[in-house]
Amino acid sequence: MSGNHQTLALLLFSAFIAVTLGITTWVSRNRQGSAEEFYAGGRLFSPMENGFAIAGDYMSAASFLGISGVIALYGYDGMLYSVGFLVAWLVVLLLVAELVRNCGRFTLADVVAARMAERPVRIAAGTSSVTVSVLYLVAQMVGAGSLVALLLGGTSGAARSWTVIGVGALMVVYVSLGGMRATTWIQIVKAVLLMAGTVVLTALVLVHFHGNFNELLNSAADRSGNGREFLSPGLRYGGSWTARVDFISLGLALVLGTAGLPHILSRFYTVPTARAARRSVVWSIGLIGGFYLMTIVLGFGAAALVGSAEVRESNPAGNTAVPLLALVLGGGEGSTGGTILFAVVAAVAFATILAVVAGITLASSASVAHDLYASLRRPGSRQYSEVAVARVAAAGIGLAAIGLGLLAQDLNVAFLVGLAFAVAASANLPVLLFSLFWRKFTTRGAVWSVYGGLLPAVALVLISPVVSGSPTSLFPGVDFQLFPLENPGLVSIPLGFLAGWIGTVTSTEPPDEAKHAETEVRALTGAGAV
Amino acid sequence: MRLEDPWYDALASGWGELDGTGSFAPAEVPAPATPGRGPSAAEIYLEVQRSEAFQEVRRRYRRFVVPATLAFLVWYLAYVVTAVTAPGLMARPVVGAVNVAMVAGLGQFLTTFLLTGAYARHARLRRDRAALDLRWDTQEMTRGIGR
Repeated sequence: MSGNHQTLALLLFSAFIAVTLGITTWVSRNRQGSAEEFYAGGRLFSPMENGFAIAGDYMSAASFLGISGVIALYGYDGMLYSVGFLVAWLVVLLLVAELVRNCGRFTLADVVAARMAERPVRIAAGTSSVTVSVLYLVAQMVGAGSLVALLLGGTSGAARSWTVIGVGALMVVYVSLGGMRATTWIQIVKAVLLMAGTVVLTALVLVHFHGNFNELLNSAADRSGNGREFLSPGLRYGGSWTARVDFISLGLALVLGTAGLPHILSRFYTVPTARAARRSVVWSIGLIGGFYLMTIVLGFGAAALVGSAEVRESNPAGNTAVPLLALVLGGGEGSTGGTILFAVVAAVAFATILAVVAGITLASSASVAHDLYASLRRPGSRQYSEVAVARVAAAGIGLAAIGLGLLAQDLNVAFLVGLAFAVAASANLPVLLFSLFWRKFTTRGAVWSVYGGLLPAVALVLISPVVSGSPTSLFPGVDFQLFPLENPGLVSIPLGFLAGWIGTVTSTEPPDEAKHAETEVRALTGAGAV
Repeated sequence: MRLEDPWYDALASGWGELDGTGSFAPAEVPAPATPGRGPSAAEIYLEVQRSEAFQEVRRRYRRFVVPATLAFLVWYLAYVVTAVTAPGLMARPVVGAVNVAMVAGLGQFLTTFLLTGAYARHARLRRDRAALDLRWDTQEMTRGIGR
């Protein structure tokens, strides 16, 4: 790849950084640093704005480059991912968004703690939220590092490391200085850029095939080297039964995990009412659904126009399928059109990572300051304002993410994302649903369901082939593998629900009827909502 | 993208809030309880929870959400399990290059969009107004109670 792409991509990316830093300073002028302001951006975003921001938070570079890459390499099997990522939003829309907006203030723990003994519940929910966020954050940081290596040709380790450090530093600046208001505007800008870029590429692919989807599929099948099999499931997950069960586990984690992601939950607090929260989810389902439909076209388009073999040659995981497709659509290597399109795609991918990372950092700093610090602080010690703690926590999480991102550079990004979803579905979703819908749920049940999902999920990964016992694992030299699946969801999600149930039926404390009535009335009507 | 658009309602329902139309739930106010040094917040919430108006809102919510959730979860899991266990069935051609798998996958997108539209419409027409009335009544009753 010539130097032109790189110069132009860097130029566009610098422009994005300049604009977002401008937004950050603009929105943080004359603001009192109140908690409402910092965590929830003043709660006055419109449903459309928040819908774009949710979509921006959710559509990571892993989806943009990863899913279309998997489709370009393995055909239909990539589509299974996009379906899972989209259907998950029905759980959010139907069961979570409005009720959480009505019951909580800033975090997941607010909803649960309203009914229960506050301290143990906050510590449990805060711990699991931070765990999920850090896993997701590391995935994005690792993705950022490899993207730079791939797109700008700087395959050296130094380029990767500096990218991870740079991304981490930028996100700390966005979050600490701008809080939720700046983060939301960055998400909106990014979502618009990403949708625009995807629409242009999709339109070019469809124009190339004269709008004939059938012809697109046929050419993709022909050039993939797999023929008809390319268009039906099985190329990637059709091997051993372990691989198949593993995929079912991943599918379950994807569909149930989204509703437990802290950075998604915190977005519902940026709008004034539950009704607005519902309408923002409707907007985001429209955007996300449209986006995943287009990634399918891009994936098959890359297989048809670039060729699966060429994509694999450039990157074995397929992550460069879309940039290569952009190059071909623009007129090929060396042409002006190709250079511009390639640079635009690279810049959009960077913007995507930066925005997602900022959203997660904000959510986890809220968990640290609002849940953990407030509960664990020694009584009598000097009290700092919560927002000050959150700003420092954002910096701390940024440093931790940079460190882990540098250590985990060789870990598979898709695996890390799947793991974050599995932990969210096992530890956060059961406690949330039980608190909202189960009259007899008790404090012990809440604490047990969080740890009963979190600990098995983490433990099962430690004894899975990801960590040891296979040539591709973290420690290929040793073998303490006991659990055959890479994704723990199939086991740990039922365990989270089961632990919550056992904790509740064995607890000696009777459920608090009045607190349940309050939660239910507030959840469904919005009475007393902030 | 499809032209028959389930977001029509959401997009057209304007930027303002409070445009709930259609039939109302019976929203008679639970009588503001005993005068004088009134009830505690806990008593008020229990009373609202037992009121017919609230029960109706909850019934309408659950009657939509429970069957819908079961339906889409079963449909999604059936799709995933079939895709990994019965690739032969999924590979059966339908029209041209489009096979059962492609139809099922795009069907998942379609049902997600349709259910989103149906839920938004149901909530707007059947629940929002009654819930809002209950909200003001409850807040009126809890006013002045230190919470």
